[in-house]
Amino acid sequence: MTRIPLAGAQHAVRLLLLFLLPCLLSAWGQSATADVSESRARALLEALDTDSFQARGDAARAIADSDAEQKTRWLQALLEGRLGKARRGDRFYIITDDSGREWPIIDAISYEEAGTGTRRTVEAFRINNELRTRLQGLLASLSLTSGDEAARLRAADRLLGEVAPDNVETVRQTLADEESPAVRERLEMALALFAVTRGDAEALDTLRGNLDTRVRNALTPIAAGDDALAGQTRAVLEGIESKRAWYDRAQTLFFGLSAGSILVLAAIGLAITFGVMGVINMAHGELIMIGAYTTWLIQQALPGQPGLALALAIPGGFLVAGAFGVVIERTVIRFLKGRPLETLLATFGLSLMLQQLVRTVFSPLNRRVSSPEWLQGSWQINEALSLTLNRFGVLLFCLAVFAALWALMRFTRLGLEVRAVTQNRAMARAMGIRATRVDMLTFGLGAGVAGLAGVALSQLTNVGPNLGQGYIVDSFLVVVFGGVGNLWGTLVAGMSLGVINQVLQPWVGAVLAKVFVLVGVILFIQKRPQGIFAPKGRTS
Amino acid sequence: MTASDHPQAIDRSRQLFLSRSTLLTSGMLIVGMVGVLVLNALPAASPLHVSSATVALLGKYFTYMLLALAVDLIWGYLGILSLGHGAFFALGGYAMGLYLNAQTSPLPGWQAVMSWFPVAALAIVLAPGLLALVFGWLAFRSRVTGVYFSIITQALTFALMLVFNRNEMGMGGSTGLTRFYELLGFRLASEGMTVALFIASGVAVLLAFWLCRAIVVSRLGRVSMATRDAEARVRFIGYRVDHVKLALFVVSAMIAGIAGALYVPQVGIINPSTFAPLFSIEIVVWVALGGRATLYGALLGALVVNYLKTVLTGAMPDAWLFILGGLFVLVTMALPQGIAGLLARRRGRQEASA
Repeated sequence: MTRIPLAGAQHAVRLLLLFLLPCLLSAWGQSATADVSESRARALLEALDTDSFQARGDAARAIADSDAEQKTRWLQALLEGRLGKARRGDRFYIITDDSGREWPIIDAISYEEAGTGTRRTVEAFRINNELRTRLQGLLASLSLTSGDEAARLRAADRLLGEVAPDNVETVRQTLADEESPAVRERLEMALALFAVTRGDAEALDTLRGNLDTRVRNALTPIAAGDDALAGQTRAVLEGIESKRAWYDRAQTLFFGLSAGSILVLAAIGLAITFGVMGVINMAHGELIMIGAYTTWLIQQALPGQPGLALALAIPGGFLVAGAFGVVIERTVIRFLKGRPLETLLATFGLSLMLQQLVRTVFSPLNRRVSSPEWLQGSWQINEALSLTLNRFGVLLFCLAVFAALWALMRFTRLGLEVRAVTQNRAMARAMGIRATRVDMLTFGLGAGVAGLAGVALSQLTNVGPNLGQGYIVDSFLVVVFGGVGNLWGTLVAGMSLGVINQVLQPWVGAVLAKVFVLVGVILFIQKRPQGIFAPKGRTS
Repeated sequence: MTASDHPQAIDRSRQLFLSRSTLLTSGMLIVGMVGVLVLNALPAASPLHVSSATVALLGKYFTYMLLALAVDLIWGYLGILSLGHGAFFALGGYAMGLYLNAQTSPLPGWQAVMSWFPVAALAIVLAPGLLALVFGWLAFRSRVTGVYFSIITQALTFALMLVFNRNEMGMGGSTGLTRFYELLGFRLASEGMTVALFIASGVAVLLAFWLCRAIVVSRLGRVSMATRDAEARVRFIGYRVDHVKLALFVVSAMIAGIAGALYVPQVGIINPSTFAPLFSIEIVVWVALGGRATLYGALLGALVVNYLKTVLTGAMPDAWLFILGGLFVLVTMALPQGIAGLLARRRGRQEASA
């Protein structure tokens, strides 16, 4: 393995000399300092013009080791197959755009515009896979020594598993000069992994508990042997695996809680209208949809400011959906008091009308609501665990909404009146509570919370007329599962259904997991019709 | 729990059974069927000619009427609102679809038995029946009633929709079962078959109507109506309310299954969208518009709503959901007795003035 690069190096040196001579001669007589550096640069590039990939790699290496200013750009262009030589003459070009038939080109040494070239006039240097790997390694070590900390960190990260006998010295040198602890740690990892592949058992200690897949992949073949090193490696691998398993579980839990928080958000409004008031509102899903469309509308009105739009959408979605709720209560629901099946049918009719209304007004197409920057991307805790920010945001939002609602029911005058009316309507009225007004406000509150769910949902999925439909069955099940009239029950039920669903998914797939959860809840309701938290004592 | 052997009781049930509305409905059904067939037999040039396409459409309406009967039997006379009757309809349809598919190419695995018509016919009734039996037994035993029952039936049909959407089920995934060519050895795409299926559906509606009528006037029907009005009292008197409910629920599911089986060869496809909660709840609005607990109201409602749907989805597709949604609201708020209630009130006024 060591012989071949050596032979290649000899070959390269020979070529270098061969080409250096005419270059030096031709450069003779041109002006002073630029002369020397230009001729050096030319010589470096000439070395690339060879038929052997091996020699081309060595020439690239020579470029990386040289002090030419353009070296990063050359290597990058070579890697992308955009470094070439004129078929006639000896100029070198970088193709700045190779998408068309005519390529705009610049001179590789002076970076001057050089018109256009085509396949006929410019011959791009070709590379193979092995050379590509070498080039990537070279580029990584180039940015290791230069650039800011972030660039060095990326470069160091890329080195993991890429350390080879021909660059190990460079890496050691870099480690000695490096000051940033994060970069140092990665370099140490990369060196340790190299040492382990060379049979050094000591270095294994550094890798213990490392979660990077590259470490795992590199260690697996070593652990397959039957010597002492293999045994130790197996132990380290097992440690890594169990650590990964834990993080996987944490990840599943997070996804479950996030799915659960959506369920809770969708169901919590229903927990008020259905659970507390006893009104079956099949249009609940459409109120969620209205919240989501409000978000979209506000965002359309404030282009380029998704953060502000989202902040405004929270009260906006609440108020718009709440207003719809109040109207529904005033026009339909209050006439159907005490007739739950009729309420169910009438509100179902309303849901169809609302869907069609949105379809007619906004078109049946799905709309995309963009997230503000602070909700995009993910929070990478380590190699095995990353939390998507928008899901994390929804989880927090769900808890905030729940807390606010709970406080409202517990501490405010309205909450007190609501509880009084639900417990004993006649007695509450006798005490001077205007029950019809409380009904209206409670229903509006539940509808407003549905609107909040819509605001949250718009950050996760596209907004369309059918958005709410998918949540209605789930929401009712969550409310019934948690125990009707019990906000805490809804929270626990939603979260646990989300987690159970997520845990089942890897085994049976997404659809069957959902079916199992549905069947499970149906069976649970059979067994315990009052839900998880049955109301204690007598209910009125 | 049928009518007792007491001669007087039999006499009384016969009277109840042959009531004015029964005779009128049966008469209208028969006259309508024969009329359509006669008009269909007229030469195509005649202005009164009814095209085969219309016959096929009416045949489809008959299956919907059958389905509406099934829902009215349990909603009207037992007071349990099933929002999942589409599931029983679809199961019957899938059984028929498997049989039809088996006519062209042999089916894999256990489905091979479906190529034999008697087995398929049994499956058409037993598949929905068994599902209803198990589901109903679980639900009624633990006294799940009212809206809770409605919601879990909706969850049931939703879950089945998800399951039948999976390709692993061997039921054609989301495309469903289609490409039917032959039924009992006859080509499906022939005029004769259209007429035959129309007659079969019409006869099925008639038979199911008589069956439901018989159940309603029997002692079982009396107990079930008592259960609807005051479940606790019936239980205290000593009746096994859960058995009564289970019996009617299973019969209703079987009728729905037959409706599905008749529906499939007429439209040429069955897919998971039949399990969609929206379809099941549409059935309820047919019954509600026609009038609950009258049986003929269910037939009328299914016919009127579906005729409206055919006309309106063609003429103004955007308006259909507004109208359907409006119907839900209108019926529940202004017409709690449905069209049947309106008719009865008018008759009542006429009799009062006469």
